[in-house]
Amino acid sequence: MESFGQNIFLVHPEITLAVGAMLLLMIGVFRGDGALKLLSWIAVAVYGVAAVFVTILPADRLTAFNDLFVTDGTARFLKLVIYTASAISSVIAIAYLQRRNINRFEYPILIMLATTGMSMMVSANDLITLYVSLELQSLALYVLASIHRDNAKSTEAGLKYFVLGALSSGLLLYGCSLVYGFAGTTNFEGLRTVLHATLEQPPVIGVLFGMIFVIVGIAFKISAVPFHMWTPDVYEGSPTPVTAFLASAPKVAAMGLMLRVLFDAFGGLSEQWRQIIMILSALSMGLGAVAALGQTDIKRLLAYSSIGHIGYALIGVAVGNHESISAVLIYLVIYMFTTLASFLCVLAMQRNGDQIEDMSELGGLAVRQPKLALAFTLILFSLAGVPPLMGFWAKFYIFKSAIEFGGLPMTLLAVWGVLTSVIATAYYLRIIKIMWFDKSSQDFDKPDYLVNDVLLTATTLFVSPLGWIFLGPLQAAAMLAARALIGSA
Amino acid sequence: MVIGLGHYLTVSAILFVLGVLGIFLNRKNIIIILMSIELILLAVNINLVAFSSFLNDMAGQIFAMFVLTVAAGEAAIGLAILVIYFRNRGSIAVDDVNMMKG
Repeated sequence: MESFGQNIFLVHPEITLAVGAMLLLMIGVFRGDGALKLLSWIAVAVYGVAAVFVTILPADRLTAFNDLFVTDGTARFLKLVIYTASAISSVIAIAYLQRRNINRFEYPILIMLATTGMSMMVSANDLITLYVSLELQSLALYVLASIHRDNAKSTEAGLKYFVLGALSSGLLLYGCSLVYGFAGTTNFEGLRTVLHATLEQPPVIGVLFGMIFVIVGIAFKISAVPFHMWTPDVYEGSPTPVTAFLASAPKVAAMGLMLRVLFDAFGGLSEQWRQIIMILSALSMGLGAVAALGQTDIKRLLAYSSIGHIGYALIGVAVGNHESISAVLIYLVIYMFTTLASFLCVLAMQRNGDQIEDMSELGGLAVRQPKLALAFTLILFSLAGVPPLMGFWAKFYIFKSAIEFGGLPMTLLAVWGVLTSVIATAYYLRIIKIMWFDKSSQDFDKPDYLVNDVLLTATTLFVSPLGWIFLGPLQAAAMLAARALIGSA
Repeated sequence: MVIGLGHYLTVSAILFVLGVLGIFLNRKNIIIILMSIELILLAVNINLVAFSSFLNDMAGQIFAMFVLTVAAGEAAIGLAILVIYFRNRGSIAVDDVNMMKG
């Protein structure tokens, strides 16, 4: 039995975020909407403090609050990634929100509340923690999606996100109730013991049903096909900085939750869930490649691109050994930075103060804004997985782990992955062609936000071959995190 | 006739299916979707309490309490989003939620 002090010590990052959110709320209430900029930067400081607390947590697996909460290498790795994405998402929004008169001070606070939820998600060790943390994250995200409340598209995006998100929570909960009933416990370690005990005889059908419902609920959150239908609409309708946030941190957190549930709770049923994950992965890669071909809206296109990327990451989940899990974690980090960079480019592309969302209006960007066009080209090549860039390494490790795992289905999945990334390259190339070869008489606005430019430069350098210097440490950290997850199983 | 666990599970499964169908088949009103979501959560709660009583284990009832609390918050946020949506569009018919397609 742990002491109360130790329990509190293990949840220090989450306490920091929760108290920080309340502190920001107080400042916001007293200073009004003009405090947006101040609050965003204080939020970055709070993420920094929380990250420091994460790094001083002990490296081994420890549980708190009667096994409701766990912290181990995987949780620490994912928390650092999530805090980085949240901090970047808070500051890139300032200029956009101020220019459009939606500079509500709640913006960084909602992001921080969602981050608290995500931080708990990757540390969940019980079905109750899983549900409460997932809802804490989702409820803040519904509000964020509709934060531009005078805009019909933004409110429609929020409404769609809410309805489908609530449905997915309902499915997940129904699954949780079945698992609880047929396995007799809500604790992940308890579930693993019980489910291992039934390994000799076929698993109880009720538990299998519950597991499938839980997987479907989480598949909604990571927008894996066929549970992706909300993604394009919500990405298109939400304000661009919100879309950038939705595409980065929550995806990482939901993948972390998927890993926790599959390996911690349902580790004994891996033969059963592997097929489901493989089907989700194959469908996501296929749809992500094909459906994006006909899109004209750049945010919609990036939505389909993110669906495809989740498919690639799911290959690694399906393989389920040390190498593949570390490949998934590397994939998530590189995907997070590349996605944020791509949305920073979208944010920077403006004409007469309006965001350019139609791809055909990007003609002539290379002549008028060569630096931005070059950065966006590098990022799109990285998303496509063209060799010298970081996106290639992300896919390389995933495919390598799948091929080394062997067996016909996994090899076919890897081949399908390569094929779909070739198809996907077509639509990335189309944007590049429009930027570099199409003519346009209209000028673009000069990028005038220093912070966004600095962040765009930094993230672009990360995806460029210069990022290779981070590849070694990243691999080592991901391997440690993967060992923490699988080693315990 | 003794009412056993199976009866509770059947009722809850029926409620759950009704809730899911209510979301997908309803073409009229978004309020009905909110009601369907509540129906799904209700089905889950019946499941949890029935299992809890059957297993002689408190965890299920505690879980049900959490579900109730979160459901209240969820309904509040859903209605708030619905209100701002209505202000923009002047309608809450499901068929009108179609600005974005593709």
